[in-house]
Amino acid sequence: MKILIKDTKFLRDVQLGIENLLLHKLRSFLTALGVIFGVCSVVAMLSVGEGASKEAMDQIRKVGSNNITIESVKSREDEATTSTRTRISVYGITYKDFERIEGTFSSIRTAVPVKEVRKQGRLGGNTLELRVVGTTPAWFELVKRPVEAGRVLTESDLVKESAVAVLTEYGARRLLATRGTIGQNLSIGENNFQIVGIVKSEAGSGTDIQLPDLNVDAYIPLNVARSYYGDTVMKRSTGSEEMNRVELNKVIVQVDDLANVESTAKGMEAMLKKFHPKVDYEMSVPLAMLRQAEAQKRTTNIVLGSIAGISLLVGGIGIMNIMLASVTERTREIGIRRAIGAKKKQIITQFLIETVVLSTIGGVVGLCIGIIIPLLIELFTGMPTVITAFSIILPFFISIGIGIIFGIYPAARAAEVDPIIALRHE
Amino acid sequence: MINTQAAEDAIIKLEDAYKIYPMGSEEVRALNGVDVSFKKGSFWAIMGHSGSGKSTMMNVLGCLDRLTKGHYFLEGEDVSGLNDDSLSEFRLRHLGFIFQSFNLIPQLTVQRNIELPLYYLGWDPEQSAERAKELAKSVGLGNRLDHRPTQLSGGQMQRVAIARALANDPLILLADEPTGNLDTATGVQIIEMLRELNKQGKTIIMVTHEPDIAENAKNILIMKDGVIERIE
Ligand SMILES: Nc1ncnc2c1ncn2[C@@H]1O[C@H](COP(=O)(O)OP(=O)(O)OP(=O)(O)O)[C@@H](O)[C@H]1O
Ligand SMILES: [Mg+2]
Repeated sequence: MKILIKDTKFLRDVQLGIENLLLHKLRSFLTALGVIFGVCSVVAMLSVGEGASKEAMDQIRKVGSNNITIESVKSREDEATTSTRTRISVYGITYKDFERIEGTFSSIRTAVPVKEVRKQGRLGGNTLELRVVGTTPAWFELVKRPVEAGRVLTESDLVKESAVAVLTEYGARRLLATRGTIGQNLSIGENNFQIVGIVKSEAGSGTDIQLPDLNVDAYIPLNVARSYYGDTVMKRSTGSEEMNRVELNKVIVQVDDLANVESTAKGMEAMLKKFHPKVDYEMSVPLAMLRQAEAQKRTTNIVLGSIAGISLLVGGIGIMNIMLASVTERTREIGIRRAIGAKKKQIITQFLIETVVLSTIGGVVGLCIGIIIPLLIELFTGMPTVITAFSIILPFFISIGIGIIFGIYPAARAAEVDPIIALRHE
Repeated sequence: MINTQAAEDAIIKLEDAYKIYPMGSEEVRALNGVDVSFKKGSFWAIMGHSGSGKSTMMNVLGCLDRLTKGHYFLEGEDVSGLNDDSLSEFRLRHLGFIFQSFNLIPQLTVQRNIELPLYYLGWDPEQSAERAKELAKSVGLGNRLDHRPTQLSGGQMQRVAIARALANDPLILLADEPTGNLDTATGVQIIEMLRELNKQGKTIIMVTHEPDIAENAKNILIMKDGVIERIE
């Protein structure tokens, strides 16, 4: 009951404050403008910043932050010398490297070797350029692609060196091999394979940092790929022939715990360095990229936050300035109220409520505009923006805070008005 | 009647009251040892030359100012040592002010001006609106509730001020030159109202320069240089 009375009293004070602000509509509006712009820029900046980092992080997360990928690349030195005559360049991760990696680190849960070859695939009358991925069953554990039909590769395929292939859904459709085609023969290059399964293609694009799954893939046992296609690939281009000998194109490693990712990456790097005098591999650690993206986000937030903070500060100072002028202008009113019996505390409350009402209204208006701005940015520039609950709640409370912080001093000044001086006839 | 009342009936009593303003090496003694007591239900006019300390005394009596030295008893309680909040509380509950320059809040309507003491007393809005209307009617401004002070004549403004001073039903009305800004005829109207209020039991202390106005009071106190010169 008592609380109720107190509350309605507070509401009445707020109402009186609003009435007073409405007496000077233009001035109140201009005063609130600073906060409107400040809050508006905070909301807009937060959502743009959030949008940019979310895009980056989503990509990295998709890959899996527990994973580390090592890819074979031609070292810089080789790249420079092979251009003129025909010769074999040998580079990249070897089977031995893979064994060493798998054998050395206890923190590795799964290690998947990948060998890639481009071959012509033929089924019935249809031909299609395939990316043939020689790998182990662990591959399917890692990428977790739903099985559309049949099965994925198994240990026994490896052991028996079976000529079996798993197609991606997309590739299967292109070869007119539907569900019923499981068991049919698919020739890849010169060799015949039995199609044992179809897996879903990966949705979306732009995420091929390590998953060679974008186009038409045929997954076959690693040892089969090796014995059928060998390690040497001939690349013909106008005027020159290029022979590349690469054992494994890629190794993907899944670490058991996020905490071990970076140390494992370091360890592998050190091990590879020992056996590869030239840097003919490239390691990518999504977690490190994630960390980097997070650090980047923090920096961006700090920069954007400071800019927004300054505009809020300017808004707050604007409010304080007007409220101080208002106190001077209303000295007589304050004197009258004090003479009638208002306590200092009540004068402070009155002015503080006016300031907080002003800044809160400014905050809400700024919030509304600030929500529209990122939508417009997204509409016109295609830049992704994200409005989080945080980016709405924060500016809202900041605007209330500004009202309190910048209202305190003018309100205290008002309370210190001496009624005797204020009421002396003009 | 005054003389027959016992001394304990003094609602206001100053004892050896000093108000001293230091002015560099000099000092101004606005009140220089005042001993006086006003009885409940009395009507005093305070006169004296400009600078004799009338307003200073009114400010002290009105709990707006503190004595440098001495004691001020209000309804038997020594208020000379009270803090700002307690003095505010005394003003709010027991005192009503009427000023020469009316001192209405210009942006508030007549009704809101009259309601002001009730707002600080924590009355609920409906009750205070009702009381404000009653008071406005009693000073003959029942039809002006929604007007702003600037839309009123001086006499009307002073009547609003009287209504506001009465809102908290004070024991004492303090009026510092209430007719100072009014023409003679209007001044007479105002003083008639004060007389009527005194009849109803309010203690009234009024500063005035005009002997004709002072005549209306039951007692006249004349000040000079911060002390009481004589009482009539
Ligand atoms: N704040 C102050 N500081 C210094 N001196 C003051 C202050 N207030 C009043 N005085 C002085 O105290 C004396 C009494 O002033 P007061 O205002 O009480 O006179 P008054 O009798 O009301 O005069 P008037 O009839 O002109 O209103 C004057 O000399 C005045 O200068
Ligand atoms: Mg005076």
